[in-house]
Amino acid sequence: MGGMVTVFRRELAGYFATPVAYVFIVIFLVMAGALTFTLGNFFARGQADLQPFFTFVPWLFLFLVPALTMRLWAEERRLGTIELLLTLPLAQWEAVVGKFLAAWAFCAIALALTFPLVITVNLLGNPDNGVILTGYLGCLMVAGAFLAVGAAISALTKNQVIAFVLAVAACFFLTAAGSPVVTEFLSQRIPQLADLARAISITERLGGFTRGVISARDVVFFASFMAFFLFANTIAIDQRKAD
Amino acid sequence: MTALIEIERLTKRFGAFTAVDDVTFSVARGEVLGFLGPNGAGKSTTMRMLAGFMTPTSGTARICGEDVVDRPVPAKRHLGFLPEGAPTYPEMTVTGFLQFCGRARGFHGSALGDRVAHAMAMTQLEGVRLQPVETLSKGFKRRVGLAAALLHDPAVLVLDEPTDGLDPNQKHEVRNLILSMAPTKAIVISTHILEEVAAVCTRAVVIARGRVVADATPAELAAKGPSMDAVFRALTMPESEAA
Repeated sequence: MGGMVTVFRRELAGYFATPVAYVFIVIFLVMAGALTFTLGNFFARGQADLQPFFTFVPWLFLFLVPALTMRLWAEERRLGTIELLLTLPLAQWEAVVGKFLAAWAFCAIALALTFPLVITVNLLGNPDNGVILTGYLGCLMVAGAFLAVGAAISALTKNQVIAFVLAVAACFFLTAAGSPVVTEFLSQRIPQLADLARAISITERLGGFTRGVISARDVVFFASFMAFFLFANTIAIDQRKAD
Repeated sequence: MTALIEIERLTKRFGAFTAVDDVTFSVARGEVLGFLGPNGAGKSTTMRMLAGFMTPTSGTARICGEDVVDRPVPAKRHLGFLPEGAPTYPEMTVTGFLQFCGRARGFHGSALGDRVAHAMAMTQLEGVRLQPVETLSKGFKRRVGLAAALLHDPAVLVLDEPTDGLDPNQKHEVRNLILSMAPTKAIVISTHILEEVAAVCTRAVVIARGRVVADATPAELAAKGPSMDAVFRALTMPESEAA
């Protein structure tokens, strides 16, 4: 456990020691704000809630999270520091989980910095702050799921561009699977697959959280999804660490 | 005298290519083993397997009696490893990097501070303690890697080309450092600089095309031919070219 905390601290500090953190946070905040108020029709809806914001978060994370995860292992391979990290007396899962938790905490920081949106809706009306809180929790779950997938992909390659593109594709698949375009298309033609698409969809799961419902099914889905990809990540590192 | 490093019939294959072929040797406390060979002979691969970074295809490696494959974490606790090229995290300061390595080895508080200070004193890094590693010259970077390997005063030191890239004065200092630590540790250094073997090593193992071709004291090795260079060439060149 101590090793995991050490890796976590180093990784999280690493984001802020380079421009990565500032670029990521600024772009995320600008785009989240802009999309919420323009495409999301924040004012025209006349409702004091953050529904429009929560709708766009998965689509923003879709390409911002892979930008974080692409370097997680690919960069270690390129610099050769993976040899240093994995010859320290840590279990490999400690390195994997430490890196993941640091990236997750970083996403939580970025999400927390959207607090002016919460203040705005509270000034304009009487939103249900409990629903807003569960919505944020849902967004954090989406970030965790994307991070787990992206990190596992990063473990498989030395090339950061490949890690990025594959992670975007995987996250897009998870996000788009539940979108009306896909599910309607599938339910008309291949109804069996429509249910499957809805079952693996991240947006479908997030929908529950943004309506204020934390269902055990959704929590178990996200938890097992992350656990599976962290496990796959550990295996991938073990098998391919020296490549 | 008990052997702190035991390598038995270690073999590593990459597809059809055998990088390390049935290598056996052991190193006792007080010995400095020079691991010699031309580039691509399998030196780094052997050291990576010994450090637990690469998994051997067959054979075993033990550090202080702990098998590096079956009990990796206890084995790594006894090991100070300087990987080839001395990789470090570029954005970290020298102190930050050494503290990270110390924490990963379970040191905290004042013990951590003392360890870092001692390692920096041994490798003359005090002058650059707050500089990011990426701003340092090659010689300093190598010394940072060396300090990280020495930090926890390990019983076994495995140094892959510790003096590569250093100027003659720095080489002299590193050799003196190795000699000063030699009585209490088992040390393996890989090199292709023959003078280094004569200067610091008590024993030399010559490897060529993945196989051990000589295991003797530097004096015995030198006695085999007109010069150390000639002996090295005769041992490591394929028969067809040696003539």
